[in-house]
Amino acid sequence: MTGDDWQLIGFSARMAVGSTVLILPLGVALAWLLARRQWQGKTLVETLVSLPMVLPPVVTGLVLLQLFGQRGPLGHWLHTHWGVDVVFTWKAVVLALGAMSLPLLVLFARSAIEEVNPALEQIARTLGAGEWRVLFTVTLPLARRGILAGVLLAFARALGEFGATIMVAGNIPGRTTTLPVAIYSLVENGEDAHAWVLAGISTLMAFLALWAGRALQRRRP
Amino acid sequence: MSDFRLHADFTKQFSGGPVIRAEALEITGAGVTVLFGPSGSGKTTVLRCLAGLAIPDTGEIICGGETWFANGRTVTPARNRRLGYVPQEYALFPHLTVAENIAYGLAGQGAAEKQARVAEMTGWLGLEGLAARRPAELSGGQQQRVALARAVARQPRLLLLDEPLSALDAPTRQRLRGELRQRLRQLAIPTLIVTHDRLEALALGDDLVVLDEGRIVQRGPVQAVFSRPANLTVAGIVAVETVQAGRVLAWENGLATVQVGGVQLTAVAEPLAAGTEIFACIRAEDVMLSRDAERHSSPRNRLPATVRAMLGEGSLMRIELDCGFPLISILTKPACAEMELREGAPVLALVKAPQIHLVPRSG
Repeated sequence: MTGDDWQLIGFSARMAVGSTVLILPLGVALAWLLARRQWQGKTLVETLVSLPMVLPPVVTGLVLLQLFGQRGPLGHWLHTHWGVDVVFTWKAVVLALGAMSLPLLVLFARSAIEEVNPALEQIARTLGAGEWRVLFTVTLPLARRGILAGVLLAFARALGEFGATIMVAGNIPGRTTTLPVAIYSLVENGEDAHAWVLAGISTLMAFLALWAGRALQRRRP
Repeated sequence: MSDFRLHADFTKQFSGGPVIRAEALEITGAGVTVLFGPSGSGKTTVLRCLAGLAIPDTGEIICGGETWFANGRTVTPARNRRLGYVPQEYALFPHLTVAENIAYGLAGQGAAEKQARVAEMTGWLGLEGLAARRPAELSGGQQQRVALARAVARQPRLLLLDEPLSALDAPTRQRLRGELRQRLRQLAIPTLIVTHDRLEALALGDDLVVLDEGRIVQRGPVQAVFSRPANLTVAGIVAVETVQAGRVLAWENGLATVQVGGVQLTAVAEPLAAGTEIFACIRAEDVMLSRDAERHSSPRNRLPATVRAMLGEGSLMRIELDCGFPLISILTKPACAEMELREGAPVLALVKAPQIHLVPRSG
């Protein structure tokens, strides 16, 4: 284990945590809209959100590269209005991880919200609660275990993301390289032993995330 | 509160279901109105429309001069109707304690105020010592009281109860029926109760609205509707031909003596205090008639009576008697012929003690 390895592990963990925190409000909001509201274009949004789960990750990465590249519609807008460049920076890493793990979070959070008895939300309304109060005092507290499971799974998914990351963030050691990308490079360069060390660390981190999820879910409500 | 007035006149249809019509449904004063009818008659839908949880197709709902629903549009959403709604399964918040459940509708009040109101509610409903429990740790009867406390805590102007006792086991239901009546009286909040249980309707209601297949088929004071059903449909739904108000004189060894009209009746009953007001309920097929003064027949109640009217219904004859109070009997036509029954004839009405059902009306 070198200092570079520790930097790599810290960076990968920070990116995974950052992307998970970033997608949490978006994912829960989407999950709630899909579970509890009827609206135009619902099926389209539902399909788009789930798409990264079944597409080759490099395709998702390619789409992100097109959208957020300096000549892409979003990338251009961010560059001219905010002076922000995304691709091939750590921001692109967060973006790629977020896009790849959002479907899992939405999937879990949605089914958790759907399992909340609507009669409880209705009774809250008759007791004078507005929609926000219903959401934060009834729906989310009752769905929290499922949402938490989704968060941990999204985090674990983000830790292991490779295809989309390499497309949109590249492999710039110390700046955009994540654990999976580093492992790939090491194997490519014939440094198998070093690759195995990092693979072991990857496995350990994923194991801990899933195990923590299980343990949290088993706890009393 | 006695000038309270709710006026509802709306229709609601679920795809494939019958059209449910709440035609000129009026609730006035602070009494208890029971919306009574068989399962599937649309009672709960009417209640949910009033609560703002279901949206009528057409019509209007006006409460205390405030429009809740008109022209196919919800004007006042559920959260602004200031009503107390107790659904059939109580819908207590499972993640909140009893105290937190009761306080849920008190948002916007100070902590001290909330605490005082919760204490008042738990005291009133005998829930002291349970404030820190979760709903899952309560018995069915306790859950029912918490649901009532939660609905009442915010001082609603209208209370809506959906089958308030049906989620309970039979002994608990019987015990809580009287308790609930007493508590609703103390509250004096205009209340609408939905039930398919005839005993619940008799025990809890002041006024009765009978609903069948989505239509209001009769309305009036409870006793009047039960004793004088407007037609055979209503008679079939209420299914108790004789309902008479009375008072308990004594109770001993499972037998109650009650005064009804000018007559004393003996009935099998749970312990009842002397002086308790009751409804004595007798189904017509349980009233046997005899022309001789049989001294040795088994029924405890042998009532000298006069035939007032006879009405053929298929192979049966509905016989209205006067035995000190109006009593209905049903016999087959051959039996009537054999006994040579006719209007004005004296008979002896025989009713076994277990077949007189007493519904307590006071605590």
